[in-house]
Amino acid sequence: MEGGRRIRVLIGKVGLDGHDRGAKVIVRALRDAGMEVVYTGIRQTPEMIVEAAIQEDVDVIGLSSLSGGHMSFFPRVLRLVRERGASDILVIGGGIIPEDERERLRKEGAAEIFGPGTSLKTIVDYIRENVAR
Amino acid sequence: MFNKQRLSSLRGKLERWETETVEPGLSRFPERAEAFTTPSGRPVKRLYTPLDIGDLDYVERLGFPGEPPFTRGIYPTMYRGRLWTMRQYSGYASAEETNRRFKFLLEQGQTGLSVAFDLPTQTGYDSDSPMAEGEVGRVGVPISSLEDMERLFEGIDLGRVSTSMTINATAPQVLAMYLKAAEVRGTPPAELRGTAQNDLLKEYVARGTYIYPPAESMRLVVDIIEHFFRSVPRFNTISVSGYHMREAGATAAQELAFTLANGIEYVRSAVERGLPVDAFAPRISFFFGCHNDFLEEIAKFRAARRMWAAIMRDRFEAESRESMLMRYHVQTDGVTLTAQQPYNNIARVTIQGLAAVLGGCQSLHTNSFDEALGLPSEVAVTTALRTQQIIAHESGVAGTIDPLGGAYAVECLTDEIEEEAYGYIDRIEVMGGATAAIDGGFYQREISESAYRQQRETESGDRVVVGVNAYAGEERIPIEPLRVDPVLEKKQIERLRAFKARRERGEVERALGDMRRAAEGDENLMPYIIEAVEARATNGEISDTLRGVFGEYRAATIV
Repeated sequence: MEGGRRIRVLIGKVGLDGHDRGAKVIVRALRDAGMEVVYTGIRQTPEMIVEAAIQEDVDVIGLSSLSGGHMSFFPRVLRLVRERGASDILVIGGGIIPEDERERLRKEGAAEIFGPGTSLKTIVDYIRENVAR
Repeated sequence: MFNKQRLSSLRGKLERWETETVEPGLSRFPERAEAFTTPSGRPVKRLYTPLDIGDLDYVERLGFPGEPPFTRGIYPTMYRGRLWTMRQYSGYASAEETNRRFKFLLEQGQTGLSVAFDLPTQTGYDSDSPMAEGEVGRVGVPISSLEDMERLFEGIDLGRVSTSMTINATAPQVLAMYLKAAEVRGTPPAELRGTAQNDLLKEYVARGTYIYPPAESMRLVVDIIEHFFRSVPRFNTISVSGYHMREAGATAAQELAFTLANGIEYVRSAVERGLPVDAFAPRISFFFGCHNDFLEEIAKFRAARRMWAAIMRDRFEAESRESMLMRYHVQTDGVTLTAQQPYNNIARVTIQGLAAVLGGCQSLHTNSFDEALGLPSEVAVTTALRTQQIIAHESGVAGTIDPLGGAYAVECLTDEIEEEAYGYIDRIEVMGGATAAIDGGFYQREISESAYRQQRETESGDRVVVGVNAYAGEERIPIEPLRVDPVLEKKQIERLRAFKARRERGEVERALGDMRRAAEGDENLMPYIIEAVEARATNGEISDTLRGVFGEYRAATIV
């Protein structure tokens, strides 16, 4: 890395969903791409995620949801990020999320929502290009 | 299987074939890759011959269907007698909606039910709990109360259809509700057939719906095994599951090894409780995934049966044949399905379903082609069921038992997978058994490593996934997965609150108090949980009471 600190990312599983193969693979891919990555583990509340993100001083929060609860959880995370004055954190998400709901989440302030079948490279490139340095 | 002299002459001829026929051609027509491997990383040879299975003892290693070691199948006539049970996993929105889907599937010729519960139900939160917000009815049916369970099976004869339930940490109360709902409608426990997943060990590795620490979880698992073999003798008390570990990234051999190691741990725990092995072991069942690699998956199933028979006979000194035979359900592996070009998934599921049948499964769920995108639509789930029916009635493979038995490649792969899986099981035993190995993160690390390797193979293009990294032309097929109306969550909450308000509160408190005291001791909790359900205690109340005694577990996060 030339001079600046490494990009810091928090990957979070929000809600009761325990399927974290995708989250873990992304954690490893981001680490291999030179980022510092914290993984929260499963069954986190939006409050726990945002608290951890602020404690860890991350640039990016990546939310994973495969249980269909994203329209409840993702907006709560976005609201908490704003309330805590941490709007400089880039909030992205992924999972089994239909296209129209991805659009709604972007409108609510999510920077990007990746659907099923997204490549790791797409996500790595997106983060590199969009984290304000 | 072949005499030594002929094998040695064959070896010479094989070498001649390689030098005279293969090698000259290779320079002109090189093979497509330097090495061919299965998605699990297992090398596959160019050609298998009798040399690869030369000293295979037919009677000892393969035998006859319906007799140990059951390599070729667990029943004497297999699908010539009765086809496998076609059982599509299903549940969403509400008890009424799911009941409607169940009846639809039964009308379409499905022969068993399989209930998907929503995550709050699986993790012990009532629909009206703040922890359940946004998740009620999303990935399964919400069952908080006995009344929910009664609605779920309204108009379905539980004495005639077998019901499989994917329920683990909250299996005791959900099963108690099932028993009670059946009893109210006149079906006694002795007539109920079905399966409770009741496999907590794999929840700590993948899937993640555990509540209590491992020791307390194991106590409840064995409570169910004990109560059911005495009172509900035709019900499978556990479904030791490899499926979810495979979905999380395990290879075929890891799936097999971790499942069997967990099975060993459950049998050991029940024996330590003092239960006679031949009394409870016949009601142990298994659940595997079926991935893309056709030959390797068939070999895996054959190896699984042979290994379990040996484990039960040699390690646990089981004497009854029923204790040694491995009955299992298969679900085609969802992780192989792609969001891109979703109709391709119908072809994948056909190959996987065929492998499951050639492997000798007892029941099968075939995935719907839209599952990478959301809950399956009615059209997709019907196509998935039809796929099984075509395999059953049109492909011809159900007419003869284990038709690939004796194929050089299949027998060789069966032996190789068995050997690799035993290697893992031995390592796990050295670690102190499955619970200790999981506690130390061994399964999790192995699985995570495999998952990352597989993803990189796909992204580098080393492993072709049609429609994803090859033949990926831009095409838009409109897929409309099923959506759950968020209003249903509100309705379920209102209904549950009304149910709670109607109860005799004192009765609930008394039953939960009795259960709490029993939990503090070491009695079997099932009778107390059944009483609590009879007193109209809810899933969440029972779970909360047990959380108060056992504590809640937080697994270490292992990437």
